[in-house]
Parts: sequence; C-alpha cells; structure tokens
Amino acid sequence: MSAADTEITMLIGKRWKKPPFIQRAWLRYGLLAGFVIYLIAAFLTIDVNWSRVYEGLERGKQFVLAFTNPDFTSRSSDIWSGMIESIVMTVASSVVGIAISIPIALGAARNIAPLPVYLICRSIIAISRALQEIIVAILLVAIFGFGPLAGFLTLSFASIGFLSKLLAEDIESMDRVQAEAIKASGARWTQWVNYGVQPQVMPRLIGLSIYRVDINFRESAILGLVGAGGIGATLNTSFDRYEYDTAAAILLIIIGIVMALEYISGVVRARVQ
Amino acid sequence: MLRLNKLTKTYKTGDQALKAVTLDIPEGQVLALIGPSGAGKSTLIRCINRLVDPTSGTVHLGDVELTGLSSSGLRRERRRMGMIFQEYALVERLTVMENVLSGRLGYVGFWRSFLRRFPQSDVDEAFRLLDRVGLAHMADKRADELSGGQRQRVGICRALIQNPALLLVDEPTASLDPKTSRQIMRLICELCRERGLAAIINIHDVALAQMFVQRVIGLRFGAVEFDGPPEGLTPDVLTTIYGEEDWEATIEKVEDDEDEVEAQ
Amino acid sequence: MPVKDLKGRQIWQPRTGRESLFHWVLWLIGIAIFAVCWQRISESTTWFFVWDAPRIANDIWTRATPPRWEYISQLGKPIWDTLNIATLGTIIALILAIPVAFLAASNTTPSRYFVRPIALLIIVATRSINSLIWALLLIAIIGPGVFAGVIAIAIRSIGFCAKLLYEAIEEIDTTQVEAITATGATRWQVMVYGIMPQIMPALAGVAVFRWDINIRESTVLGLVGAGGIGLQLSSSLNVLAWPQVSLILLVILAAVVISEWVSAKVRGAII
Repeated sequence: MSAADTEITMLIGKRWKKPPFIQRAWLRYGLLAGFVIYLIAAFLTIDVNWSRVYEGLERGKQFVLAFTNPDFTSRSSDIWSGMIESIVMTVASSVVGIAISIPIALGAARNIAPLPVYLICRSIIAISRALQEIIVAILLVAIFGFGPLAGFLTLSFASIGFLSKLLAEDIESMDRVQAEAIKASGARWTQWVNYGVQPQVMPRLIGLSIYRVDINFRESAILGLVGAGGIGATLNTSFDRYEYDTAAAILLIIIGIVMALEYISGVVRARVQ
Repeated sequence: MLRLNKLTKTYKTGDQALKAVTLDIPEGQVLALIGPSGAGKSTLIRCINRLVDPTSGTVHLGDVELTGLSSSGLRRERRRMGMIFQEYALVERLTVMENVLSGRLGYVGFWRSFLRRFPQSDVDEAFRLLDRVGLAHMADKRADELSGGQRQRVGICRALIQNPALLLVDEPTASLDPKTSRQIMRLICELCRERGLAAIINIHDVALAQMFVQRVIGLRFGAVEFDGPPEGLTPDVLTTIYGEEDWEATIEKVEDDEDEVEAQ
Repeated sequence: MPVKDLKGRQIWQPRTGRESLFHWVLWLIGIAIFAVCWQRISESTTWFFVWDAPRIANDIWTRATPPRWEYISQLGKPIWDTLNIATLGTIIALILAIPVAFLAASNTTPSRYFVRPIALLIIVATRSINSLIWALLLIAIIGPGVFAGVIAIAIRSIGFCAKLLYEAIEEIDTTQVEAITATGATRWQVMVYGIMPQIMPALAGVAVFRWDINIRESTVLGLVGAGGIGLQLSSSLNVLAWPQVSLILLVILAAVVISEWVSAKVRGAII
C-alpha cells in the first residue's frame, strides 16, 4: 500500500498531457516540420495569376447563374446524340467488362486458382488498374481511330481491372466451410464453383456491377475530350464557346442520370442482400 | 432532493413508457429501480437528465425544475447529475484520463477542453478518483484496452468528477461477470456513502439490489408497483412486478450471497 | 421449393415455370439491348481503321521504343506540380468535406428537411462530375494553370470524402455521445469528445485513399491545360514525339504504383 500511496502523492500536482500519437519525439517533430516545409514550398511554386482569377469571378458568377437557367434546346440534337452515345458505350462496355472480369476474378483468387494462373490474372488486373482511362483512350484512339469503339474498349478494359480485383478479394474472404462441403460431395471444379462459390459472392457481384455501370457512365462523359465518343465532345465545345447555359444543361443531365443510377443501385442492393 | 411529479413519457410510436410516476428521493439515499425489460427503467433515468424529453410532469432537482429549462440551463443542471451507463459508454479511442476529464466538460470552456488544457485541480481530482478505484497507473492507456470491470470503474470516475449531487446509474452490471458485478455495486454504494450522494440504480438483478440498497422501487409497464425497503420484496410482490414465477430460489440465493460476502 | 408432379413422379425444379420464363425473357431483353448498343457502336466506327489496327499498333510501338530517357530532366517540375495538385487538392477537399459531412449525416445535421438535402446535393453534384470536367470549367473561368488543377481536384473530392465521412458519422456508437452529453457538455464539446474520436480512423483512411486516387487523376489534368505532367504528355502527343510519350507514361505508371504503395502503408499503420 505504501508504494501506491507514494505513487498517488507523486501524481498530485503534476501537469497532465495527452500522450502523443507518435511516441518518438524526433520523428514527431520531424514529420511535422517536413510537412510544413512541404506546404510552404508547394504554395510558393504555384503561381496564381490573381488578376486573372479576379476577372474570372464574373464568368464564374455567370456559370452559376446558368444553372438556374440551363439551355436544353438550342443544341438539343448534339446533346441528344452525345448522350445516346455515352449510354450505349456504358451499357456495352459494362456487359463485356462484367463477362470478362468473372473468369479473371476466379483466376485471381488465391484460394481457388493455381499459382501460374493466379499470377497471370493478377498482372492483368494490375495493368488495367494502373493505367488511367483517359490515357488508355488516347492510345486506343491512336490505334483504332476516332469514335465510340475506342471509348467502348477503354471502359471495358477499366471495368475488368476494377471488378476482378474486388471480386477476387471477395472470393478470397468467402466462407471456406461452405465451399468445402460442396467439394466433399465429390463435385467437379466447375460444379464446385457453381454451387460452393457463386452463391456466396453473387450479391457482391451484382452490387459491384451496378456500381461499375455508374462509374462507366461518369467516365464516358470525359472520353469525348480525346475523341473517344460520348457527350464529352459536346461539353468541351460548349466550354470553348463560353456557352455556359448549354454546359449547365449537360452537367445537369449527367448529375440526374448519376443520381438515378445511385437510386437504382440502392434498391437492387437492398433486394439481393 | 429529487422530486418527480406525474412524470409521463409517451413515445412517437404511441408506447407509453412512463405513466405518471411520482417519486421523492431524500438527500443521500441510494435507491434501486427494478422491473422487467421494457418496464421503463431506462426511460425514467433518461427523463431525469433529459437525454429523453418527458411528455409531461415535472422533475425538481433541489429547487430547480428541470423539464422547462433552456439548453444552457439544462447543461448547468446536468453537471449536478452524474450518469453511469450500461456497457460503460466510454469513448473508446480516448485515453482513460481523457474519459475521466470529460466529466468536467460542463465546467470548462470549449478551447480549454479542445486543447486538453484542464485546470490542475481537475487533473489532481481525476488522479485521486482513479487511485480510489485502483486505476491510477492506467491513466494513459486507451479505454478500449481495459477489461469490462476496469471500464466501468472509469465510468464511475467520470460521473464522480462532475461533483454531482445525484448519480443516475443505468444497469451498471449488465455486461459484467457475477463477481465483478458485486464489486462494482459495492464500489458505487461505498462512494455514495462517502460523498453523501443520492443515487438511482436501475438494475435487473433483484438479489444484487437487495444486497446493497436502502430502498427499492418496482416498476411495471411504466407505473410504480412497489416502493419500500429491500426486505419487503416477498414472492407476492415480485410476482406483481415480474409476473408468475418461482421466487424462492431468487430469495434464497440472496441469503447465500450475504453469507459469502461476510465470509470474504 | 417448387416440386412438379409429373405423371405420379415428383420432379424438383429450382424455379417454377413462370419464374423460369421470366428469367429467360430477362436474359433475352438484356441480349437485345446489348445487340442494339453494339450495332450503334459499329455504325459509327470506320472498320477499315480497325482492321488496320495491328499494323498501326506495331508502328507506334516501334516508334515509341526505346523511350527518350534524357527527357526526364525536363519532367522534374511537372512531377512536382502533379504532386502538389493532388496533395493540396486533397487537403482543401478534406477541410470542406468535414463540415459538409456533419451537415449531411442524419444524426448530426441541424435541420433534417432543409440543411441535409442541400448537403446531399453538394455531395452528389461534386462527385458525379469528373475532375477533368471540373478542370475544363475552371480553366474557362480562371485560366489555365496549376491553380485550376488544385481547385478541380478539391471540388471533385469534396463529394467523395463527405459521402464516406457522413456514412461513418451515421454508424457511430450513440451511447458514447449520450455519455458526453450527460456530463453537461456543449454541442461543440460533444462533437470534439463524443464524435470526432470515433470517426478519426475513417477520416484518416478516407484522406489517404483519396490522395492516392488524386495522384492518378492529377497526372492527366494537364491534357486540358490544368498543369502537371499531363501538359507534357499533351504537347508530346501533339507533335507525335512517341519516345517522349512512352517515357511520360512510364513516369505516370511509377507515380501511380508508388502512391498506391504509400497509401497502403499509411492505412496499415493507422488501422
């Protein structure tokens, strides 16, 4: 008891400070100083033309006002065809992307695929994920020419990386016992995948697919900037001509479709789970 | 000291959780609130410090009427009512010390509390309380590293550092093992006696309640069914509170428990 | 389970007749839609170029290899700009996203019918529009340069961060908040003591995750003139300097891999 008594008398009157998140003082202050120096350096190297920004405020105001009065009509045929092209690219690339990503996901799950297959599938995923959509689109436009085919291929390729990775992770974390029960019944590999694996990952596959449709649509809106089809070209033209009311109309349509897709995906995910 | 007058709570769903409960608790009295799940025990406690707003009726703490207070007035009165929670309700990612000091938030300004610059007297008091419950050496541990019993002790310190006149205790032992439960109950009652605090302890374990308190309130469907000393809890009374069941075992267990306590 | 009685023998089927018909119709509609889409794509494609594609691809490959390694000396500043666009954009986005998230979470919003819908609208609007489009818009307004890139990344990230944060806020343990409220703490103190500690891990995770994505996005912002290494890519493409293009692509690839590695490390350290 006397030890405890002296302990408490020692504690009384002492100031208390929250123990720091990083214990080592030199590391803590080093990181802090490094971060501050970085921020200062970063701010110094950005040269902002403030008078240009100030002039821009007026245009910014016009643009915001354009949202209250969007112009759907004067370029309606351009908007319409661009939107249809975006939607067509989205649907086709999502279907192809999902169809190809399922076998790749199976191959990229370490618990069901042999090592060589695993490595091949994982490297496909890595390449697809590392390359930006827009860069892929530039290369494909250079190879296949302008038009929605390049956009379609770009989005399919990007979907494969995204879906396969997440699906493979889901397969790897599935319940081993259920799958083993099917295997124990003497099922062949295909049967085993069909009965032991598929039911477990199906809800996630559906959820991810809808999410990917959403992403594909949003991406399809920018592929037009590099000539790969879709609404992006129309949007770019309207910015170049300072036609803010048309641009606002296109942006509102995009936001509306994304909101609708999100709503649908919420409903579908609630139903499959 | 605490006076409830016709306290009523009707939830939006139409469930009447409290039906005109009238209670008078003198200074320094420790009171157990028993009753089946859904009898309104939790609601009663939360209506007193207005974590739940009562539908009608009044609550007097000393001379102050609580149900009509503005939000700043309510905060001032909440400082006088320490609350101890089921499942401890410690902020798990904060240290033990921060959790205890959070009991002083009602007394300290925003920036002081944001920067963790509490007055030295508060820090000293926190160390004294932690030492009293045997956790002074844990002050800089994170709350989620503690065991259940230790967490509840920190919860008790957080309530006491408010320097309250009244403790509101909501199922303090619900997730603890029997031995720890008894230690926690004993600690709460000892501290109430040391500091002359009144307490309302909401508890589902009748035997445990009988061991430690001077007065028991039995609640059923939001109405007071029993109000008296623990010895008054006969099988008949328990049947009116909880419904038909064989109570002999429960009451016998109490006697066994008491022997055991004396033996310790 | 639907069991069909066929001439005294019971045959088990996974679906009833109506259900399986419904499934077939659904598949048929799906295939039809895909066929229509494909037809439209193929209509607007010059197939001559497509058949020629292998030759062109081969041609580009031979021109692009080997990369012009000396060119890397001119890429230092663009890489630095790219890093700044991503980092500053993420920081600004977080500063703005935190209040938006608190306004949007149903348990912390001050007004459920007025403020919350506005906050949700901000979230949807900023995250439905790609950062390249935001960049286009900002260039039209405030002129080309790194500053437009920073703002574009920041705006695009607000919705993303705020969405993940408000979901985290809605999932917090309410009894911890109740306990702090019961001590007589003010609204702001409850936020600092009861809510912030609970969402700190989510906040740190979101920050690092978004920073990683922003590095990727800022590499291409230059294509529309918003600074960073994309500017070099764009100008090299315009003069068909394929060896430079291939070097820039390698640099971008390295940046993406490094940022992913850093973000995985930091997230591992936090959680």
